[in-house]
Amino acid sequence: MKENPVSFQLKLNPEDFLPATQEEKQSQVIMRESVSFWKDGGRRLVKNKVAMVSIVVIILVMIFSFIVPSFYPYSYKDQIKGANNLAPMQYSEEEQAKIDAGESVFPHIFGTDKMGRDYAIRVMMGSRISLLVGLIATGIILIIGSAYGSIAAFFGGWVDLVMMRIVDIIYTIPDILLIVLLSFALKEPLGHLKDVPGFAWVNVVGENLISIFVVFALLYWVGMARMVRSQVLMLKESEYVTAARALGVGSGKIIKRHLLTNCIGTLIVTTTLQIPSSIFTESFLSFLGMGVAVPLPSLGSLASDAINGMNTYPYLLFIPALLISLIILSFNLLGDGLRDAFDPKLKN
Amino acid sequence: MLKYIAKRIGLAVVTVWAVATLTFFLMNMVPGGPFLSEKAISPQATAALEAKYGLDKPLFQQYLTYIGGAVQGDFGDSLKQRGRTVTEIILMKFPVSARVGGISVLVALTLGIPLGCIAALKRGKFLDSLISVVATCGIAVPSFVICTVLLYTFGAKLKLLPTVGLTSWKNYIMPVMALSFYPTAYIMRLMRSSMLDVLGQDYMRTAKAKGVSGFVSLFKHALRNAILPVVTYVGPMLAYTVTGSFVVEKIFTIPGLGGEFIGAINGRDYTLIMGTTIFLATLIIVMNVVVDIVYKIVDPRIKLK
Repeated sequence: MKENPVSFQLKLNPEDFLPATQEEKQSQVIMRESVSFWKDGGRRLVKNKVAMVSIVVIILVMIFSFIVPSFYPYSYKDQIKGANNLAPMQYSEEEQAKIDAGESVFPHIFGTDKMGRDYAIRVMMGSRISLLVGLIATGIILIIGSAYGSIAAFFGGWVDLVMMRIVDIIYTIPDILLIVLLSFALKEPLGHLKDVPGFAWVNVVGENLISIFVVFALLYWVGMARMVRSQVLMLKESEYVTAARALGVGSGKIIKRHLLTNCIGTLIVTTTLQIPSSIFTESFLSFLGMGVAVPLPSLGSLASDAINGMNTYPYLLFIPALLISLIILSFNLLGDGLRDAFDPKLKN
Repeated sequence: MLKYIAKRIGLAVVTVWAVATLTFFLMNMVPGGPFLSEKAISPQATAALEAKYGLDKPLFQQYLTYIGGAVQGDFGDSLKQRGRTVTEIILMKFPVSARVGGISVLVALTLGIPLGCIAALKRGKFLDSLISVVATCGIAVPSFVICTVLLYTFGAKLKLLPTVGLTSWKNYIMPVMALSFYPTAYIMRLMRSSMLDVLGQDYMRTAKAKGVSGFVSLFKHALRNAILPVVTYVGPMLAYTVTGSFVVEKIFTIPGLGGEFIGAINGRDYTLIMGTTIFLATLIIVMNVVVDIVYKIVDPRIKLK
């Protein structure tokens, strides 16, 4: 057919309308399942040997400090008569007599302290306290920091300005000075509080421990807040936030549902790296005698108590010191691994 | 530039004031008073002492009097160490802490920066792994652990170094080691990662392409850029170590400002608490401001806002 140069007739090639061959279809096949955020990060994390070893160490320490004490034959506060300052695996005379009589006595794996308390269980309880403080304090920091940072970033303008100035001021306050002062100052009001009905738990937790939490809640959230703010500042320009707003979603819900869930990678990493620094601070305070109340042990206070007898009973000092370093190290390494896996942008 | 500096100084003054106010009211929340613990003191004498130091007045009035004095540089007399002013005590104790702290910072810098650079240059090699492992372990060990391990090995077992006081140069070795351990490890890590960052930059390739020798490009281009994060860290670190680490001073019985502060709280020496707090806070905050300003002068890429 002769082509008319001015016609609008479509020129179709009949070959384009043939059914696709098997070969052509192959290119459309999804060869791999699409990977979700968690799967992707998880896969990278599993490949990271250092991080996996740290997870195993952390789990072991947790079993050691949370599960083992419940069926351990000794208690952290019971003093065993005549068993003062035993070396590891040593028995007191009384116990030796029992063994000779055919009874079985559970050995003091790490020996006993000068009050005759089994040291292994004290170390277990100590690391339980240290871990708990680290985790709870980090939880407090996570909640306050992420709420504060996201609100400041989301509303912007003078709200942001005022809120971030407050952060700047808190950031420059010398933390150690305030911790020391606060833990002294809070002792008395908390002491009164425990007589008020409904607040008996204060006695169990101990005033010092609560003041540590208060200090964390007051001072240490600023780093987290800055981190979250910078993320939210970026994310709030996204289309899905505009879309949500156009649909009439409230600010609070946007922050909770859209913004915070989208910076979850940063949150996980910052939180994991916050845990060791909380444990660090707690052990430091306990070491200075401002941590947990006696007879409750913490790794810091155990090390502090052991200093005076260091020359004769060095293991009393080295066991908690080693354990606290191990815990902090594994959390640090795990945090680094999580960062590489979930938030590659943050690397370096 | 001037506007920025003025703004930072303004913020610093507000912060010092906030710390002072907070400390003042917190301190008065601590139960007990400076004259309660002393034996055989009659109520009349206590009242007379309290009247002498103005402690019988309402709290807010005390606060105003104190702030008024402090603004004029008068931090009052110590309540416990009779006959000495707070300024005298600080001037006596601070140099001790500052000497130990200053040496530690120097040690940390001279060790941390080169080691971090070496690790970055030998990336992936054995030396890099070794330095990285040491640095990672270094920031995980609390200072009291290092102190006690040092004390045990060098002081108690080997008997090489004295453990108490600050009489000869030998006394400085262990506290300096303990104090510089964490900053050294931290600077190594910081230096390594920022050096790696810089080495991957385009201008490093350009320098290589135009034939700049390895030595010159390393010192002129790489190091000058890579050292910036370390500069920001050094300010606060200097302030913290110079003002004396509480733990290190306690363990090695160094008569420094940290011990004085704890002692002041235990003894409810109100004026000394206020004096040391304001002094330490001012020092730390001033260091921060100075570093921020220096940082912006050193790095022209950062716009002053």
